[in-house]
Amino acid sequence: MKENRANDIREFLVREVLLHGSDTLPAATAKRLAEIRRDKPGVPVIYVASGSAALIAGSRRSAAAAELYLNEMGIRGLVVSTGCHGPAAFEPLVSVHLPGKNKLIFRNITEEKIEPMLNGVFHNDMPAEDLVAQAGSSGFEAWHDIPFIEELPFFRLQKRVVLGNCGWYDPGSISEYIARGGYRAFLKTIRNYTHEEVCDIVEKSGLRGRSGGGFVTGLKWKYALNSSSDNRYLICNAKESDPGSYADRSVLEGDPHRLIEGICIASYAIGASNAVIYLKTGSPHPLARLRQALETARDYGIIGHNILSSGFNLDIVIMEEAGAFVCGEETALIGSLEGKRGMPELKPPYPTTSGLFGKPTVINNVETLMNVPLIMSHGPEWFRSIGTAGSKGTKLFSLGGRGRYTGLIEVEMGTTFKTIVDGIADGIRDGKAFKALQIGGPSGTFITEENLDLQVDYELLREKGIAMGSGGLIIIDETTCMVDFVRYYMEFIHKESCGKCIPCREGTGRMLEILENIIRKPNPEDSNATLERFKGVMQLETIASVMKDTSLCGLGQTAPNPFISAMTGFREEFEEHIFDRRCRSNVCRGLRTFSIDVDKCTGCTVCAAKCPVNAIYGTRLQPFFIVEDKCIGCGICFDVCKFSAVTVK
Amino acid sequence: MSKIDEILSRYREGSHESLIPILQDVQEAEGYLSENAIVHIGSFLRMSTTKIFGLATFYDRFRFFPGGRVHIRICNGTSCFINGSAPVIAAVRETLGIEPGQTTRDGRFSYELTTCMGGCNEGPVLFCGDNYKTRVHPEDVPDMLAKLKSLSDLQ
Amino acid sequence: MQFTIEVNNRSIKAEKGETILSALNRNGIMIPTLCRMAEFTPTGACRMCVVEVEGRDRLITACSAPVEEWMKIKTHSPRVIRARKTIVELLLSNHPDDCLYCDRNLDCELQRLSDEMQVRERRIRGSKIKPRRDQSSPAIVRELSKCILCGRCIRVCEEVVTATSIDFIGRGRYTHVGPAMDRDFNFSSCIHCGQCVLVCPTGALHEKHYLSEVQEQLSKNDVIRVIQYSPLVPYALANEMGVKYTRDFDRILNATLRKTGFDKVFLSGAGTDILITELADAIIGSETTAGRKPLIVSACPAWVKYCEQFTPELLPLLSTLKPPQQISGSIIKSVVPVSDDRPRVYTVSVTPCTAMKFEARRDSMTRKGISDIDTVLTVRELARLIILYGIDMTNIDPEPADEPMELRSSAALLAEVAGGIAESVLRTIAVRAGGKEADRVAVKKLRSTGIFRETSVTAGGVTCSVAVVDGLKGLEKLKQMLDAGTHFDLVEVMACPGGCVNGGGMIPAGSKEAVRQRTRFIWQTDEQEAVRGPEQSSTVAGLYGNVFDQCPELADKKLFHTHFSKRDVLL
Ligand SMILES: Cc1cc2nc3c(=O)[nH]c(=O)nc-3n(C[C@H](O)[C@H](O)[C@H](O)COP(=O)(O)O)c2cc1C
Ligand code: SF4
Ligand code: SF4
Ligand code: SF4
Ligand code: SF4
Ligand code: SF4
Ligand code: SF4
Ligand code: SF4
Ligand code: SF4
Ligand code: FES
Ligand code: FES
Ligand code: FES
Repeated sequence: MKENRANDIREFLVREVLLHGSDTLPAATAKRLAEIRRDKPGVPVIYVASGSAALIAGSRRSAAAAELYLNEMGIRGLVVSTGCHGPAAFEPLVSVHLPGKNKLIFRNITEEKIEPMLNGVFHNDMPAEDLVAQAGSSGFEAWHDIPFIEELPFFRLQKRVVLGNCGWYDPGSISEYIARGGYRAFLKTIRNYTHEEVCDIVEKSGLRGRSGGGFVTGLKWKYALNSSSDNRYLICNAKESDPGSYADRSVLEGDPHRLIEGICIASYAIGASNAVIYLKTGSPHPLARLRQALETARDYGIIGHNILSSGFNLDIVIMEEAGAFVCGEETALIGSLEGKRGMPELKPPYPTTSGLFGKPTVINNVETLMNVPLIMSHGPEWFRSIGTAGSKGTKLFSLGGRGRYTGLIEVEMGTTFKTIVDGIADGIRDGKAFKALQIGGPSGTFITEENLDLQVDYELLREKGIAMGSGGLIIIDETTCMVDFVRYYMEFIHKESCGKCIPCREGTGRMLEILENIIRKPNPEDSNATLERFKGVMQLETIASVMKDTSLCGLGQTAPNPFISAMTGFREEFEEHIFDRRCRSNVCRGLRTFSIDVDKCTGCTVCAAKCPVNAIYGTRLQPFFIVEDKCIGCGICFDVCKFSAVTVK
Repeated sequence: MSKIDEILSRYREGSHESLIPILQDVQEAEGYLSENAIVHIGSFLRMSTTKIFGLATFYDRFRFFPGGRVHIRICNGTSCFINGSAPVIAAVRETLGIEPGQTTRDGRFSYELTTCMGGCNEGPVLFCGDNYKTRVHPEDVPDMLAKLKSLSDLQ
Repeated sequence: MQFTIEVNNRSIKAEKGETILSALNRNGIMIPTLCRMAEFTPTGACRMCVVEVEGRDRLITACSAPVEEWMKIKTHSPRVIRARKTIVELLLSNHPDDCLYCDRNLDCELQRLSDEMQVRERRIRGSKIKPRRDQSSPAIVRELSKCILCGRCIRVCEEVVTATSIDFIGRGRYTHVGPAMDRDFNFSSCIHCGQCVLVCPTGALHEKHYLSEVQEQLSKNDVIRVIQYSPLVPYALANEMGVKYTRDFDRILNATLRKTGFDKVFLSGAGTDILITELADAIIGSETTAGRKPLIVSACPAWVKYCEQFTPELLPLLSTLKPPQQISGSIIKSVVPVSDDRPRVYTVSVTPCTAMKFEARRDSMTRKGISDIDTVLTVRELARLIILYGIDMTNIDPEPADEPMELRSSAALLAEVAGGIAESVLRTIAVRAGGKEADRVAVKKLRSTGIFRETSVTAGGVTCSVAVVDGLKGLEKLKQMLDAGTHFDLVEVMACPGGCVNGGGMIPAGSKEAVRQRTRFIWQTDEQEAVRGPEQSSTVAGLYGNVFDQCPELADKKLFHTHFSKRDVLL
């Protein structure tokens, strides 16, 4: 029965919608699509976010609780999972759509909050603190005194084009995607345009690679198309190397079919009949989503042999990467697909002439490809109208760190970073002071307060020596120590250096050691220490510049960036560490001395019990004391003392 | 048919490009890559075991001895770092007395560091069993591990 | 097509398609390199060869980047020199300060570079990764702390030797070079050919030294100390010592070895002559047997181990004759007379080969647990021994070697190049079967440069078709032809490309051309020498006519044979 219905819908969607000749659909078709989209539901629909952030916050249990609630209360209704809306602080995000009314969006609805929340909705006694906004359009009854979602600063300051679908439909349902207009751009493309024309359109749109470099996408495609070969490959780079970014995986979780559609169009444009999605390891939710989406797309005949009788063949496979940052780099990525150690190779030859198995290969970032169906359906002019003179369209960021609201955001090119920090993120959490904005992860740079007026724009940033990166944007406040942060990145990169070339392999190790030395606990015996530290720092700058100048691949060439950028913007913090042996953010373990104030200590023993190295001694109800030699400066005692008796210097 | 043969039967003989997927499948099935498995894969793909081992040691996900019964993944992504993952990792390291990728002598625990798992706002994030633990504090770590230990005894 | 580019403000001529490095070198400008190997595609790993090209943000590697017409290059600008120097310093910061104790002291590319870059101070400090020193292999020592991860050894082992016994293990700064499962070398599939040693720029890979053992024996009064050397050794040694080689040098070496303390000096070439004779006999003897299989020469110990591991199906075809050094070794241990106060014979063999160090230890090469050859030295080690004993080879009178193995034919010398054994056997067969010299043109087909060569010679009604596999890369072709049913009587396989002239115990040749030069020298010598085959050698006549008959152990020549079996290692 159920299967029949599914076949029915598939038949309808393929025949009446995808293969329909003109852009306008007959009214009956449109009506049926509206039903599939649940535009005007006849029963209450509860939408539960199911992106990774939501799942981590417990949304699966919330969804189960909602089902249970409907069952127990005997309410006929639906629970639908959706993709990611963006604001991570709101997870689990649950929306309720009552027939005839606007949709209501609630925040942090963990399983135990489902019942009070739904009680509130059904009995018109809204739990105000959990209610975020309403969403809807004409034809629905609006709720009083509840802001519209577009009015919230988090959303108002964004321009959600790529994210247009995210959060509004069930990413597990291909029919909803098609009902929202999906895959029609692909069909239009393969029916109406030649390979060259598609490349032209995309080139004309001004779309540039979203992985950071900003290479003109249409041009890259042309290189591959014009390399003579019997076979070509398209690779979607969903490696998402940046340790602080989740943007690519969020969008592909929230709207997997649009990514597939983008891959389909790009493959057609370059004449590839094989495409690979190279997915970061350890991403179970995105992997499951993609697998399921590819399966349904195959079932619908959208990928496979002779796609919807167009004569175009395309197979898409997922390759789960095996855990190496450097495999985000094109040649290393290709190497790992061929079953080799992921060590970058010399360029030229570039992948567009000789890539996977020696065939012309285009590698594109997830976000880049997500833009493609939009360009094909709305036209290059539409895309050019968004953004700045040199940078068209929008940019996704995985906004993280210490902002009040963080998560997945999309802004128009030209938006200032100030807007992002003060507006979208709504400033810093816990009332702390802003310190810097980090863009581009371990190969990126810091944007200081005075540079916040910069716009998101490839050229303007490049002039300032800032690279856009692939999507990581981290807000840093006074609780983060810059030296420690730079060390963190260097440690990461050092671990990830492939080891092929000397400057990067040895240089990252030395830079890390010198940085570690700066924050290490002072050794009272060593009177030369300051001089040594200083000499070390002198070498840092040489090593950094030689690494930039000579490393084989982008990893080594950009690895010194956080250090160089922090030295420019926050030199005094480094100097404090080196000369005064002080960490103003009280982060660096080695530079902190903890002691117990005898007047305040009540002898409650809590700190002694928690100290991981048993450095605290004392007798119950007498003041305790810390043995400095044993203390590793972890700060746990400081955190756990209820009487503020532990002090830090 | 052994588990490994079953996995290999899904791939084409001699196809070097299947190496990483095969290793992933084998590790998934057996928990680690044994010497026996590597030899087996080598003769199936007609590839030198030297190359297979060399490749496997390049990637973080492969291991050559069994992991712990309780395997913990701790996010060491940037957001989690900013929100204090370093002390949490240090606490796990100190409590278990092992480095990431190692297994405790009693075979109970192993842990690894990952980059962003997508729960930045709730960081530091830790994943274990089927559960995410969010906003983990270093001082909670010993208790948490003790609880996991008694749970693993029950299994 | 030629065009001009600008280098250091002057114009130089460049060829389209060549690398910047080759254009510069042709014009007399040298650029330091570390990871580059002539005749291999560049990997760009070391970054030593960087130059500044106007209009490029970063420095680029001369070894890999093709020249282009618009280029303006600076090869030694302060920026370039600083980069190169820093790269060397970075390497040194993770390197043991062991030059004085190092195998490659005064002959090390890293040492030379750091001198050229005038590194005179340790500016970059830090912890060192101190991985282990693996002495488990009888032939090759790995000192991982000295490895600079240039990857040359890995490429040679995979692309030239095809054993693929080593690869990078791990990632980043913790990468090291080692065999499967990171085992010790003695458990690996390494065939001890030493080709990796030849390309290693540092002391990270070298042959296992047995000099102290030799010194100890030389100081003992109760042993008879015997040394034999391969036909190529005098020529190679002269090169190593920087002396011009003349025919007299062979006999100077005899005197030198005696001065060093050896009681007897023999020529391994006599063993080679016996091998050639026996092989020829075997082929002639089997002429009448129907459905003959080819006889595969087993003189190269690296090939033998390879065969035992990788192609056990060919084992039944391997000739059971021992290789030359072991044949002469078994003669030595049988005929050198002992006395009550000197009851033991100690034999040293000097060869261009590292694999023979392993070979001498095979079970089948020993009698009652005592091996026929006690110690195998490479040419490099012999040079060190002579220097250590303070012998001035430029000021010494020549002396003959000892009987009964005092002479070798030029055919024995020829056996040091790939194809040489096959050629010698053909010549001997021709003489034996037809009484005439073999057809020169047909024989010389074996002297071409291919990795797989074949020819067929008919003399006195006997037709003998042979194939030569020059370097194990040619094995694929042999297997194909055998599978296709092609008939060969004799197949020679040599593991080192070019043969023993390019052996792991030689001075690194550096290029195919240099190997070719050594080969040509041997061909010339062969033309000039009087005794061109075992059948003309009085030594061989003496051995067969006299020595073997009188020695009960040798009479049935069983001692000259050995056996092989499949070897179980991780492949
Ligand atoms: C060390 C390194 C890591 C990289 N990681 C990624 C990544 O995680 N995701 C990505 O899309 N591109 C990454 N890139 C860039 C890719 O190599 C490639 O340029 C990109 O996928 C091209 O896509 P685009 O043209 O759509 O921007 C990385 C590059 C380097 C050098
Ligand atoms: S720069 Fe680093 S990651 Fe890139 S090839 Fe060199 S060592 Fe490998
Ligand atoms: S800072 Fe940490 S190690 Fe030091 S005394 Fe306090 S709890 Fe113990
Ligand atoms: S927790 Fe605070 S009050 Fe209690 S013993 Fe420690 S220092 Fe004293
Ligand atoms: S390898 Fe070279 S640099 Fe290193 S210790 Fe030996 S001689 Fe010195
Ligand atoms: S070169 Fe210098 S350091 Fe070396 S042995 Fe001579 S004096 Fe000593
Ligand atoms: S000696 Fe030969 S087989 Fe052994 S590792 Fe070196 S090159 Fe490979
Ligand atoms: S062992 Fe020698 S040849 Fe091999 S990588 Fe190390 S330094 Fe290079
Ligand atoms: S070719 Fe010669 S030097 Fe090389 S391994 Fe064989 S016998 Fe030894
Ligand atoms: S996962 Fe729910 S809004 Fe991002
Ligand atoms: S950085 Fe830890 S979940 Fe994103
Ligand atoms: S010689 Fe050019 S990179 Fe090593």
